[in-house]
Amino acid sequence: MTAIPVRDHEPAALRLRRMSGQVGWGVLAWVVGIAFFLPVLWMVITAFKPESAAQTWPPKFVFSPTLAQFRLVFSGWGPFVTHSLIATTVSTVLVLLLGVPGAYALSVHPVPHWRDGLFFFISTKMLPIVAAIGPLYVIALKTHLLDSIWVLIILYTAMNLPLAIWLIRSFMLEVPKEMLEAAELDGAGRIREIGEVILPVISPGLVSTALICVIFAWNELFLALNLTVTNAATMPMFLISSVPQEGLYLAHLSAAATVASVPVILVGWIAQRSLVRGLSMGAIK
Amino acid sequence: MTVLEDLAPPPEVEVKPRGVSRRERWQLRLPLLPALIYTIVVTQIPFLVTLWYSFQSYFWNTPAPASFNGLANYKTVFTSPAFRGSLVRSVVMTVVAVIVAMILGVLFAVLLDRKFLGRSVVRTLMITPFLVMPAAAALVWAGPMLDPQFGLLNYLLQPFGVHHVAWLSTHALGSVILVMIWQWTPFMMLIVLAGLQSQPSDTLEAAKVDGAGPFATFRELTFPHLRPYIELGILLGSIYLVNVFDAVRLMTNGGPGTATTNLPFYLFQQVNNAFDIGGAAATGVVTVILTIIVATFALRMFARVFQFEEA
Repeated sequence: MTAIPVRDHEPAALRLRRMSGQVGWGVLAWVVGIAFFLPVLWMVITAFKPESAAQTWPPKFVFSPTLAQFRLVFSGWGPFVTHSLIATTVSTVLVLLLGVPGAYALSVHPVPHWRDGLFFFISTKMLPIVAAIGPLYVIALKTHLLDSIWVLIILYTAMNLPLAIWLIRSFMLEVPKEMLEAAELDGAGRIREIGEVILPVISPGLVSTALICVIFAWNELFLALNLTVTNAATMPMFLISSVPQEGLYLAHLSAAATVASVPVILVGWIAQRSLVRGLSMGAIK
Repeated sequence: MTVLEDLAPPPEVEVKPRGVSRRERWQLRLPLLPALIYTIVVTQIPFLVTLWYSFQSYFWNTPAPASFNGLANYKTVFTSPAFRGSLVRSVVMTVVAVIVAMILGVLFAVLLDRKFLGRSVVRTLMITPFLVMPAAAALVWAGPMLDPQFGLLNYLLQPFGVHHVAWLSTHALGSVILVMIWQWTPFMMLIVLAGLQSQPSDTLEAAKVDGAGPFATFRELTFPHLRPYIELGILLGSIYLVNVFDAVRLMTNGGPGTATTNLPFYLFQQVNNAFDIGGAAATGVVTVILTIIVATFALRMFARVFQFEEA
């Protein structure tokens, strides 16, 4: 009989060493995690400080928390958050409306040269939009889109569409072939095939696609800063406006930064799983 | 379980005879057209207009209309140290940030791949920097974290003999890169972690039985398995990081001097401070040409990463 080493039978000393090793790795992971989280934590802590307590040496860890900064933020964020919500929501809806049929034509019933189409979309992500910012400004000026919410909606849609097409395509490829064939035997047309077979199956995928688009649109600053002033200024610009030329501002800034970041942080925490797939454009499942 | 998608041809539901009717081809194309036309119009036309303006003298703050000035803008681009400097800084920032973020990402992914108490909490904490709005991250780092007089970092580094360092003036480029790394390490970690967790456990067991140590196992088995994941992370990270603007604009405003002026910020300045549409357009065209050269390699890498077989 050959003795198979079983962990239960290992000497107590060895076992102890192995366990303490595991605890050591766990502790290290916790230290690293907290260190990475620290700036976020510090932002939230500072947001609850009175302004005078935010600028002290050494930094204060004990203080009487106040909601004053948040009250200030909520009294001024109205137009900014409205613009951000409109630009984010409308561009995401447009991305899905254009992306679902597009992905369909590149996966379920692929067009000839579907590969070229797929790589055309991704290649537009590599062209730096910053390179065209001057002319974009002039185009927006001449089409009277400058400082209007539409310029952001149009550009955010184009910014997220390639990613969405790749992602939705990866979900559509997972729709069981049998279901598509059955629908075809039933005589379902293209529209019914999408509406009754594909969409119900990929709806969780569409949700995570939408989440990724929301994150990128909500966080975007470069285009907003260049192409809008007041009529369409978004949340990142609200943050900039919370830094005054002079005077104490660290607590107020932290409150504004917390308010601007929390929606995306919560969305990302809840959707951790689909985050990986979305960010890798469907490459990682 | 996570696997890299095989970008093999999608399943053809019907086998098509050679002569597909015109009508049928248009039926296939129709759903693609809105997205395709939209993307072409919105992403390609601005670049054509950029090409047009790159041969014009046009300052948008003056009433004078645009006028043809030949290659003058390009001459400025190629002779100005400002363009060269910002190009070099763009490359340095991207390369350093991507490489360091990837190294840290791999290390943290290995840590998080082990079982320990509260693993999902630590994972959640770790990914948070990536989710913070970049403008918020830049401003919080510039203020509460790195402030020379009140900043938390100086306080934490005090035991190590650091006293009220004005990071943003003395180590501007490093500070901006630090924030880029802080935001993108979680991204790299997530991608590598997905790779680690897709590793078949039986091969690892077999290696253990064969007496392979942990380092040999990592080098011989884990690393080759992770390679496509690492390439994907580097590729996607570079696409986003080369365009970094928020951290530069909000932490250092390109300075001190031009110490942190990268290409996006340089273009921003040309449009917003110098009102120079022609100059910005020429800079943009040169940037696009350089990007196309890099992107050609990147697209090839993409194809390989997605295990894309040339048929």
